[in-house]
Parts: sequence; structure tokens; C-alpha cells
Amino acid sequence: MAAADDLKFQEFDDAANLLAANPDATTISIEEPVEIPKNQHSRLQEPGREEDDELLGTDDSDKTELLAGQKKSAPFWTFDYYQTFFDVDTYQVLDRIKGSVFPVPGKNFVRLYIRSNPDLYGPFWICATLVFTIAVSGNLSNFFIHLGKPTYHYVPEFRKVSIAATTIYAYAWLVPLALWGFLMWRNSKVMNIVSYSFLEIVCVYGYSLFIYIPTAILWIIPQKVVRWVLMVFSLCLSGSVLVMTFWPAVRDDNRRIAVATVATILLLHALLAVGCLAYFFDAPELDFPAPIIPAHNGTTVITKSH
Amino acid sequence: MRDLKAVGKKFVHVMYPRKSSALLRDWDLWGPLVLCVSLALMLQGGSADSKDDGGPQFAEVFVLIWFGAVVITLNSKLLGGTISFFQSLCVLGYCVMPLTVAMLVCRLVLLASTGTVSFIIRLIVVGAMFGWSTLASTAFLADSQPPNRKALVVYPIFLFYFVISWMILTFTPQ
Repeated sequence: MAAADDLKFQEFDDAANLLAANPDATTISIEEPVEIPKNQHSRLQEPGREEDDELLGTDDSDKTELLAGQKKSAPFWTFDYYQTFFDVDTYQVLDRIKGSVFPVPGKNFVRLYIRSNPDLYGPFWICATLVFTIAVSGNLSNFFIHLGKPTYHYVPEFRKVSIAATTIYAYAWLVPLALWGFLMWRNSKVMNIVSYSFLEIVCVYGYSLFIYIPTAILWIIPQKVVRWVLMVFSLCLSGSVLVMTFWPAVRDDNRRIAVATVATILLLHALLAVGCLAYFFDAPELDFPAPIIPAHNGTTVITKSH
Repeated sequence: MRDLKAVGKKFVHVMYPRKSSALLRDWDLWGPLVLCVSLALMLQGGSADSKDDGGPQFAEVFVLIWFGAVVITLNSKLLGGTISFFQSLCVLGYCVMPLTVAMLVCRLVLLASTGTVSFIIRLIVVGAMFGWSTLASTAFLADSQPPNRKALVVYPIFLFYFVISWMILTFTPQ
């Protein structure tokens, strides 16, 4: 009996007929009809939160959280438990690498690519490749820089491989551990929207190191300007992946702590790059004594070491 | 005697890599041990200004090869491979043989001269043997992997033999 225009919702035919028959019955609409109250709800939301949803991917994060809870059920002393961390296909690994090299502004790497399937394949083998790339490229670059100098004798510098391995693996696994502990501690004090598991943080750090592999190869070029341009470029790319991942996680905290956290992340990342460049690659214009070649007619020729 | 014949047969299998199951079925680690030790011994005697700058020590080569082979085997098993642990170690170890041959050739070439020509010869030889090793081990191991993860398993093998080739190529005598 109650007129259909008393109701706010746009009714479908069945419900309209039913309501015409029994106006006081409560109605529940289970299906999500397109015209319904997305408009009403979004009016209640703050306008700034929409971009956060995009950043967080909250539209499917609930589902993926549930799924994540169901996935890893094997006890940690069985082989199957660790197999769940290698449950990736070739195209997935390539996608994640692509996502770390071409960061989309506003998209969170973890939510977009990891999606509750963190893998250990990427971080481990990217670190291994980076170790050997840096060692080999450093060796090659030193060889080309010192080539032609009469006092130079080539050495393979194999000891540097172990130093590179220690540094890079420590960075890629201990810094995520510290960061995860820090985020857990802050989480207990301040309710954050976003919290990452330890493996997801390891994943982000591992994949963000990928850009340094081609950078290290290009660092063979013995020009200081070129090397620093490459370094800044790769630092911007991988740093932006890290910032876009961790900014939503610390944003709700005290402003100064949030900024300090992100600044520390970037600082450590930059330290790694600068340290590798300084230690493994000799400077192109090193102060080697310029060889003085006495020419036959008595004048001496000083060759510039460049 | 029977073991020696089995080892010898596997060496022949590596030289002409075909998809045969003999290498996989009767695995043994004698061949890899002999190859690893001989490679590590041949990599000794490199030049060094100080202890820190020289080539790899015996223990470093040994650990690199065995630890590398174990890690690659674990990797392929974790990705869902059906090959057993020691079978994979056996294959990876035997496929170091072309690189050991390359090391032998390099040392012989270095006895003759150390100039650019010898470097080019060494580069070609090591490069060819690196390709042979990788292809041989891939031929044996690739079938036991799930099809959409083959590249994920082959890449570490490539890296492993690349590092060994690099050590061989950068060997400089005193």
C-alpha cells in the first residue's frame, strides 16, 4: 500500500511487486545493482581517501587477506612450507620485475604485484645476480681504466665477491627485518591501515634492487658524470618504489616519525648505491702518476691520465 | 671397476648431451668431485699483489661449486621440480666438465703467451665451453620442471656456469 516513491532505493520488479503486496516487510538487497548507493556512500567518504584506496588496493585486499590465511598451513619444519614461497610462474616474476623498474605513480608495488603471494625466488636470485654483476663489472671497469699503464698488472680481485655478497644480502634481508620490527612496534601504538608481513617487505626490497643490475653494468663506462647520472636515475626509480610502498604504512603515525622513517629508508638505499660505486669501481681520474716519457730529441712528454 | 665404467659413461654422456635417463638414474658424485678438485687445483697459482686481490683460493672454488650446486638444486625442487636432490647435484657436477677442459686449454695457452691473441683464444674457448655446459645441464634438467617455470630454473644454472667461466677467464699466471 505504501507508495513506491516513499522508498529511496531504485527497486527491481520483483521487489517492487513484493513490497506492493507487503509494504512493511524488510528488504535486503544482496546483489549489488549498479545504480545503488555507491553514490550515497561515497558522499560520506572524505575526498582524499579515494586515492588512498587506489594506493592500498582495498577493493580486493580483504579477499586476499582471507586467502592468505588459508594458504600457508604447512608447519614450518616441512619442505612444503617453504615451497609456498616459490609459488610463482615465470611471467609473474617478470611482471614484478617490470613493476619495480617502471613504478606507476600512485600504485603500491605490494598491493599491485605481490597480492599476498610473496615469493623468495625474486629477492634471492636478484641479490645473487647483483653481487656477481657488481664484482664482475667493477673488475672489468678497473681493467679498462688502468689498461695501457705500464705499471698495471691485472688481478681478478676475487675477495671482493665475498664482500659484495655480505653487503648486499645483509642489506636486502636485515634492513627489511629492522623495518618490519619497527612497523610492528609502531602498529602496537598507532592503529595503521596498512601493515606488511615480513616476506612482503623482503619482496619489495629484493625487487627494488633489480634496477641496480643494468646500472652496475653501465657503470663500466669510465666517466664520472655518466656514473653519477646513472646512480641518481636508478636511485629515483627504486627509491620511489620503496616510498610508495611504505608511505601509506607510516602516514597515520606522528608526522615527524613518518617522515623520519621514509627518509631513513631512502638514506640507506642511497648509501648502498654510493658505497658500491665507491668501493668496487675505481675513480676514472685517479691520481696515478702520469708517466713521463723522455722523447728522443730531449723534450719530455707528459701523458695525461684520463 | 664397475664404478669407473659408470663414471666414464657419464662423461661421454655429457660430451654428447642427449636426453638420456642413464645419467639421471644412476647418480654418483665421484665425477663431480674429481672435476671440482681438478678445477680448483688448476685455478691456483694465480698472481696477486696482496692476498686480497688475487684469484679464488682452493676452498673458495670448492665452496662456490658445491654450495652453488646445492642452492640450484634446492631452487629447482622448491619450484616444483620432480628430480631428486642427488640426481640434480650429479648432473650439475658432471656438466662442469667442459669448463674443466676449458681451464686446461687456457693454462696451456697461457704457457705459450699472455698477449691479446691468447686472450681472444681463451675468450672463445671459455665462451664455447660455457655454452656447452649450460646447454648440457639444461637438456638433462629441463624436463623435470613444470612447464611454466622452466626459465626460472634455467636462469640460476646460467648464472652458476657464468661465474665459473669468469673465474677461468680471469685467471692470470704469475
